[in-house]
Amino acid sequence: MGDAILRAEALRAFYALDIYGKTKIIQAVNDVDLEIRENEVYGIAGESGCGKSTLLKALAAAIEPPLRLMGGKVVYRVNGAEIDVATLSQEEKRRLRMTYIAYVPQGSMSVLNPVMRIRDTYRDFIESHLDVRQKGEAFALAREHLVELGLPPKILDAYPHQLSGGMRQRVTIALATLLKPRIIIGDEPTTALDVVVQRGVVQLLRDVQSRLKNTIVLVTHDMGVHANIADRIGIMYAGKIVEEASAERIFGAPTHPYTRYLIDSLPRFGDKTPRESVPGSPPSLANPPSGCPFHPRCPHAMEICKREMPGFTRVAPDHRVACWLVGEGSYGKAA
Amino acid sequence: MEKLLEVENLTKIFTLGSVLSRVKITAVDNISFFIRPAEIFALAGESGCGKSTTARIIMGFERATSGTIIHNGRREGKNEKVWFTEGIQAIFQDPFATFNPLRTVERYFFETIQNYRLATSKQEAIERIDAKLRLVGLTYDDLAGKYPSEFSGGQLQRISIARALLTDPKLIIADEPVSMVDASLRMSIVNLFKRLRDDFGVSVLYITHDLATAYYVCDRIAIMFRGKIVEMGTVEQVLMAPKHPYTQLLRASIPEADPARRWQGMIRLSDIEQDEYLRQGCRFAGRCPHVMDVCRRVTPPQFDVDGAQVACHLYAEMPRSDEVLIASQGQ
Repeated sequence: MGDAILRAEALRAFYALDIYGKTKIIQAVNDVDLEIRENEVYGIAGESGCGKSTLLKALAAAIEPPLRLMGGKVVYRVNGAEIDVATLSQEEKRRLRMTYIAYVPQGSMSVLNPVMRIRDTYRDFIESHLDVRQKGEAFALAREHLVELGLPPKILDAYPHQLSGGMRQRVTIALATLLKPRIIIGDEPTTALDVVVQRGVVQLLRDVQSRLKNTIVLVTHDMGVHANIADRIGIMYAGKIVEEASAERIFGAPTHPYTRYLIDSLPRFGDKTPRESVPGSPPSLANPPSGCPFHPRCPHAMEICKREMPGFTRVAPDHRVACWLVGEGSYGKAA
Repeated sequence: MEKLLEVENLTKIFTLGSVLSRVKITAVDNISFFIRPAEIFALAGESGCGKSTTARIIMGFERATSGTIIHNGRREGKNEKVWFTEGIQAIFQDPFATFNPLRTVERYFFETIQNYRLATSKQEAIERIDAKLRLVGLTYDDLAGKYPSEFSGGQLQRISIARALLTDPKLIIADEPVSMVDASLRMSIVNLFKRLRDDFGVSVLYITHDLATAYYVCDRIAIMFRGKIVEMGTVEQVLMAPKHPYTQLLRASIPEADPARRWQGMIRLSDIEQDEYLRQGCRFAGRCPHVMDVCRRVTPPQFDVDGAQVACHLYAEMPRSDEVLIASQGQ
């Protein structure tokens, strides 16, 4: 694992919605500090509506209204130089996209044009990013890439609806990795898939990562997938990262009460002991609880939890937790 | 052996395409199973295996091409739906789609009470609703006058269950009840099924693709693949010692929440799904690591392997399930 390639500093991204003249602010990403390194798979876990997809949008420099960057910054390190994403022009962002940072979305059906053969989608893609004059050249490039990934090149002649869901998703991944990006961002890339197919897709992602030695940022709520692919995992709750550690420590020594619930509630084969889910309901990001956002559901909540958000405490090398139970630090600084 | 619901040789064929290019897809292919009282029975498999179609036929949304459904010893007839639905209630996958966003949630409860004539006064109705809501950890006051948008997915799913319980059903058909619910709230729904079984003797037909929760909550399980039941038995038999190569693949593909036990080796995926429906013989033959000549020609019957029913030619020397059944009835 190498140096930081992608950094978020005190990142805040809110949705500002205008409803009948009243502005409603949704604090989707609230004060997130992240450091994602070269050659690692970084997993982001959390329940729906915790802001993980918004965080990805901010990291991919795809902030568009109604989403607004309210503070902090996202820094890319491109060829040794640090770039603040907010200072880039549209054209510069477009050039970085797919060559430096690529995006794999959840629903592959909405990515591939249903009336175009896969081949034409590839050609479109190659022509807009590479300087390719000949039709045949782009085609050869696509074919070569598919073979490299172990996918049958005959799918280039197929329409999206003729492929199975898993094959479509793998085509999307192939498309995203065509230009050998340094960072691949995946937003629930396996969620809509069956388990066997999911395994095939995770296999492909892991394969690509070990070949390109690049970085994958993977968002999914499926802890099983995280256990299978992630090197480090950040647990997100109500727009904030509450715990971050290596996969081994997240599963072996979860420290934040929310993470503990999340891990303990996972059903396991060969073990039928009763499991409890987290009490209460997820908070609304339009009106998050004061202090630590988990305090209304936390069985260990203390007075201070209701007033102040705890800072990160380093409980082990590479393992930080934001919880008053493990001591104090100043929030926002990795202590 | 008492059977609450029995499904016999159920088949459903969908016809796709126009007159010229007609394709027949056998979504459910001659399946038989039964559910005992106070039992959670899982019907598991990947999308497109026919599990939801089976559920829809049992609930009466879909007409079977052939086969019968016997509920409490009575065959399902065409014109007597009320006795049928009173004993069998359903819960659906997406709690946000179950409820109309423009109607208050309580109206669904009053509607059910009216349809089945469960109360004679409003007061009595509210008492009944309150009693059922308390079973799922809510009260009538929590929900009076509220719209679906005011609840979380987990709450709505619990409300769905309370609504289903109004008629005191003996069987609940739950079609993927937790797949749209957040991981942190899933167990509250699953634990509820356990309580209904243990405290009230309610059976559940639990339709899922999530084998881990199926193992946690179910007594028996049937694994479906492309319209056929390939393996059936207790969860211990089927999930801890899978016999059919497909079940083995499925079981090995579940991501275990343990970074020390990551997937090893590579697997093969089917490229085009339709091929597998139309395949002669065993439909898994195209991907099976143990494929034999006979698999491509003959559809395997169910063999009895250590108490589980497995439809695979690998176990051809074992007694056939139908023969075992006849032998046990003869005793």
